[in-house]
Amino acid sequence: MINLETPKKFRTFVEQAHRVATEFLRANSRKYDLAEHTYPKELDILAALVDGMGDSGEGQGAGATGVRRASGDSGDGVRNASNMASVLSVAETCWGDVGLTLSMPRQGLGNSAIASVATDEQLERFKGMWASMAITEPACGSDSAAITTTAVKDGDAYVLNGEKIFVTSGERSDAVVVWATLDKSLGRAAIKSFVVPKSLPGITVERLEHKLGIKASDTATIVLDNCRVPAENLLGDPEVHVDKGFAGVMQTFDNTRPLVAAMAVGCARASLDRTREILEEAGVVVDYDRPAMAQSAAAATFLRMEADWEAAYLMMLEAAWMADNRKPNSLEASMAKAKAGRVGNQITLTCVELAGTLGYGEDELLEKWARDSKILDIFEGTQQIQQLIVARRVLGLSSAELR
Amino acid sequence: MTAHSTRRDPMSKGLAVLNRIASLPVLDRLNLRGPSEQAVYHGARVGFRTAAAVSRGFTRVPGKGAPVRPVAARESGIFDLTPTEDQQMLVGLVDEFAAEVVRPAVEKAEAATDTPSDLVAAAAELGLPLLGLPEDLGGLAAERSATTGALVAEALGKGDMGIGAALLAPGSVATAIGLWGDAAQQATYLPAFTGADVPAAALAVAEPYALFDPMALRTTARKVPGGYVLEGVKSGVIRGAAAELFVVAARLDDDRHGLFVLESTTPGLLIETDPSMGLRAAALSRLVLDGVTVSDDALLAESVDGYADSVRLARIAWSSLALGAMRAVLDYVGPYVKERKAFGEPVAHRQSVAFMVADIAIELEGARLATLRAASRADLGMPFAREAALARRLCTDYGMKIGTDGVQLLGGHGFTKEHPVERWYRDLRAVGVMEGGLLV
Repeated sequence: MINLETPKKFRTFVEQAHRVATEFLRANSRKYDLAEHTYPKELDILAALVDGMGDSGEGQGAGATGVRRASGDSGDGVRNASNMASVLSVAETCWGDVGLTLSMPRQGLGNSAIASVATDEQLERFKGMWASMAITEPACGSDSAAITTTAVKDGDAYVLNGEKIFVTSGERSDAVVVWATLDKSLGRAAIKSFVVPKSLPGITVERLEHKLGIKASDTATIVLDNCRVPAENLLGDPEVHVDKGFAGVMQTFDNTRPLVAAMAVGCARASLDRTREILEEAGVVVDYDRPAMAQSAAAATFLRMEADWEAAYLMMLEAAWMADNRKPNSLEASMAKAKAGRVGNQITLTCVELAGTLGYGEDELLEKWARDSKILDIFEGTQQIQQLIVARRVLGLSSAELR
Repeated sequence: MTAHSTRRDPMSKGLAVLNRIASLPVLDRLNLRGPSEQAVYHGARVGFRTAAAVSRGFTRVPGKGAPVRPVAARESGIFDLTPTEDQQMLVGLVDEFAAEVVRPAVEKAEAATDTPSDLVAAAAELGLPLLGLPEDLGGLAAERSATTGALVAEALGKGDMGIGAALLAPGSVATAIGLWGDAAQQATYLPAFTGADVPAAALAVAEPYALFDPMALRTTARKVPGGYVLEGVKSGVIRGAAAELFVVAARLDDDRHGLFVLESTTPGLLIETDPSMGLRAAALSRLVLDGVTVSDDALLAESVDGYADSVRLARIAWSSLALGAMRAVLDYVGPYVKERKAFGEPVAHRQSVAFMVADIAIELEGARLATLRAASRADLGMPFAREAALARRLCTDYGMKIGTDGVQLLGGHGFTKEHPVERWYRDLRAVGVMEGGLLV
């Protein structure tokens, strides 16, 4: 039966996440926006809390590892499970603060990657580890098939060499999931991901970026110099299957893109909530029954933003729902990321405009959200990459035909 | 067909729909007909002011007991995008009807500025007027079924928005009487809708003024002893000239609004044809109310409280019809841009073209989910003003974007009547304009 409301079993949990977002994240938002690169120590308590919720089952399986697709029989009926719990909780915590959410210990994108493609043995072995994700290189971003970091098998280890940039939590994490090629001449099929503990010799954090937004989150450059990684740290199948192409490592994105959509949804919701208050103080009340054109320009603008937000929110839920019910969701994950990424950015910027210099100043967080939202239309696949994926799927064109 | 006096048990819920599907020969019959005998057209009546259609004369039936209302659906507590089996079956049928019967009839219907009467009859045989009525009133709905209405409207809209509106209008009037009429009003008017010869009927809310606001109507219903006097002009009235029965929205003396049932023969009531940019097959009209006197029982008993919901449900209905047209655009431009070559390769191989198609798919998905959410909340008895407004906003903005991109992607060819995209362009402008007219 068609029903797009928050699942009953997640409602209490979502409320908890909202309170946490208010008390721990929103409360420290400006502090770590101003103190870039300072470790947000408040998050240690929070991370312990989240771990505890996860172990007790109260967390409904939400979190970076919630994206793992359980194997075996799902039984009858429609499932609302950890993928949906994850997007709902990420949207709430990003309503609090995107940068701090990204800085949550043990909740890195690397953890999602591990959860997506690791064997059960690997999952157990890497449990409790905080893992960040390293794909981008100085000379390649969206064309991740062009990466130059190499992995050469040497006995019971792979030797990794290369430079990775834009590694979220790269300094603070325990390990980095690194994309490297086993053989450049075999193209994308030879790209594998490796869990590289930072304790290994040969992996160093070179520097941290100074950024437009999400300043609470450290963004590192990592250099791999003859770094020997145990062979059993290769995620997924070590063989190169030229016919399968990119499928292995790209599978991660089907799971992480809804999460990034959730970040944009949460951040945009924060802007909308605050802007509604500010507009009400200014005497503008949005009426849902009266046509937008018969209301003030500010109210009409707000309605348009909220409509876009609603679309992004529901597409985020759809992509997660499909994952929970083992339906292939590459298309829906990309559509959700495309919609949420762009409207998240538009909404937060428009909210600043509506609030005027009040919204532009640091007394309010509106200007911060408008800076934070930009990255969400870029990382885990830019707007344009999502459009490319969607267009290829909808039109039935190959990457050779539609480049 | 007579009204059912007993409730069906849940097991036979699906059978009610199946029974309707038994009238599938309707499809075959229409398909087999030659173009010459396919329809009897009334011809375009442009700019004429006429008396309304002759009514069959509804005999007032005294009410007994409480009116029958549809039951609210029970919340499962589970997020789910899967239609019920009944819905899937029904939508499958309407899909087929839209593709095999509605779409081939569009061009002639557009030219005639009306929907052929045999198409209207076929839709009645399929049970479209009964979708929103509870089973106890002879309808097909075991539970409140705005979602079913939305899915059906979407499927019809894929065939044609104008014909879709024409086919859904009588059922919308029946739904209004079912939702807000008292027992006497239900007993007086509904049997005609559950019978074999369904009357043309129209729900008239919109008015021809800039910045029209359905929450501040200019049409008034002034209280007089024993009844009301209605004054005003209604627009966007679907098949107004053919309608035997109108449900008209008007502002009461206390500035609240209510819905009045008017038979077409009521003195003081005039129809003006109002051919518009699109929705040609819906034969849009104006309804001029010039000192129309009605008795107290013309006011649908609970429509004052229900008025805001009627506006919201209409918005969901128009959004749903638009979703069908938006899907039709996507289905049409995809193959076209892969076929059409420029600079030695299909234009689809260019990102500027391909990304337009991607955005059509993305915005359609978002608008669709928002519309379904609004409908499902209505079914669950939850507040849905916000969701209906947002769905309408999305379908208005992105529906029109998709309409205009549909023409753009075909270039000059899209501007000609050789392709249907120019029609979808005209039809999709209607979503943000229409108020009332339909209900899910």
